[in-house]
Amino acid sequence: MEPSTTAISAEFPIDRVRASFPALEREVGGHPVAYLDSGASSQRALASIETTDRYERRHHSNVHRGSHTMSAEATAAYEGARATVADHLRASDRREVIFTRNATEAINLVARAWGDANVGPGDRILITEMEHHSNIVPWQQLAERTGATLDWVGVDSEGALLEAELDAGLGREPKLFAVTHVSNVLGTLNPIRRMAEQAHEAGALVLVDGAQAAPKLAIDVGELGVDFYAITGHKIYGPTGIGALWGRLELLDAMPPFLGGGSMIRKVTRQGSTWADPPTRFEAGTPAISQAIGLAAAIRWLDSLGSEAVTQHEREITAYTIAQLERIPGLRIFGPSASADRLGPVSFQLEGIHGHDVAEILDRHGVAVRSGHHCAHPLMHRLGVPATARASFGVYTTTDEIDRLAVGLEDARRIFEGA
Amino acid sequence: MDELYRDQILEHYKRPHNFGRIDEFDLDYEDTNPLCGDEQHVYIRLDESDRVSEVSFEGQGCAISTAATSLLSDELLGLSREELLHIPKQEVLDLLGIEISATRMKCAMLGLKVIKSAALGKPADWEQEGEQGDPSEVSPSGV
Repeated sequence: MEPSTTAISAEFPIDRVRASFPALEREVGGHPVAYLDSGASSQRALASIETTDRYERRHHSNVHRGSHTMSAEATAAYEGARATVADHLRASDRREVIFTRNATEAINLVARAWGDANVGPGDRILITEMEHHSNIVPWQQLAERTGATLDWVGVDSEGALLEAELDAGLGREPKLFAVTHVSNVLGTLNPIRRMAEQAHEAGALVLVDGAQAAPKLAIDVGELGVDFYAITGHKIYGPTGIGALWGRLELLDAMPPFLGGGSMIRKVTRQGSTWADPPTRFEAGTPAISQAIGLAAAIRWLDSLGSEAVTQHEREITAYTIAQLERIPGLRIFGPSASADRLGPVSFQLEGIHGHDVAEILDRHGVAVRSGHHCAHPLMHRLGVPATARASFGVYTTTDEIDRLAVGLEDARRIFEGA
Repeated sequence: MDELYRDQILEHYKRPHNFGRIDEFDLDYEDTNPLCGDEQHVYIRLDESDRVSEVSFEGQGCAISTAATSLLSDELLGLSREELLHIPKQEVLDLLGIEISATRMKCAMLGLKVIKSAALGKPADWEQEGEQGDPSEVSPSGV
């Protein structure tokens, strides 16, 4: 195989990056772990772990309650985290960032708070076949509650959304178009700006699932021209239990609350309650303070690498992976070809070997990949497979790890050909 | 020699016994393993005394789930519905004859679950979760 240095920009500080992830030091099956499952959950940056630790040891208190020093420190850190997320998404106003548990909850927030108030019988919602269940099920539930209809944009054989079906779907004047920025199975990078423009012309709002994209691309919600953008912490080198919804302030202002409880109110009487302004209107109860701070630390660390370098690294690793896997007989890669505008992950199937068995054999080589349906049943159905194996990447992924993936796959072929 | 993927397992995976759909059947059931997307559909024909006279299965799955159901399907002839319901999990493990890790246990048991559900005419009670561990026992070095 080609020496790894030929495929990856020499200037990317891969050694320094890898030293920032303690989990990469561990072994699996007697090998250093080659963690190729960052699309499911990335490893956590040391900067994030240490920041959370410092907060928990010294500054923890409840936020927005009371005037004592520790509460003020916790509030400043929590609101600072909101500002960091807003900056990462190039939001013009930090009040447009609502902390949630994850991207799933961010999408559910919109489906509930915006959807129940704005969608009724006969209305339409447009989604795509390449969505993660998190961007399908909340809309199915909304349709069920309101009597609205769900329309779908299909995927072509190359893994791109079908333009004709997008045109037709928008032609039915949906209230909202929900689409992923980067597919969690195919790696397809959707042309969000153009799609959003087209959707707006048709009178639809646009919600983007950015769970896979936010760790890999410079996100500018204004330039993308979207209305809602959902991200999650544990795929961007931060902790689990935290995500964020960005929404245009005028939309958030007009939306009723999502969950009810403390913090989200202006005034509560025996007769009823009035609501706080965004973002607190949508953050009922004590939030995940230390997770929000941990997320912000991870984002600051990631942004210190420079988003162009991060995207470039992702593209190079993706192209290298496709080139290596294409050499393996009987291996089918799903999604756009390496030349197309795509990122990771790379999903594949080895002829005659189920993804679960592929993943098990790779695990013995210390190579961690995901197998299964990737929470995307409609897409699996379109691809005509019950499951795939998937290699997904992070800033710490090296070509050596991809070489080990290829060796493991050859081993799987050898084992299954033996019978 | 691979311990998990022994020749017998791979043989049953590549050429499963009783694979396909029998023309006439009295009991059938389909289920999936939501974790990995495996699907199995089992068909059972009963004789006059309500005992299994023919059995088949179809579906898509990994080597472990396919081999387990293939091996098990050879053992069902002559059993009553009651006896189907009482097949112990250990019998599947004995048939496989290999160590099954906690993560693969669902694969190994999918066929048995589907067979019991077919005999019952409704989903058989089943433990859905994997093996439990103590979080405090997970060592930070992870070795």
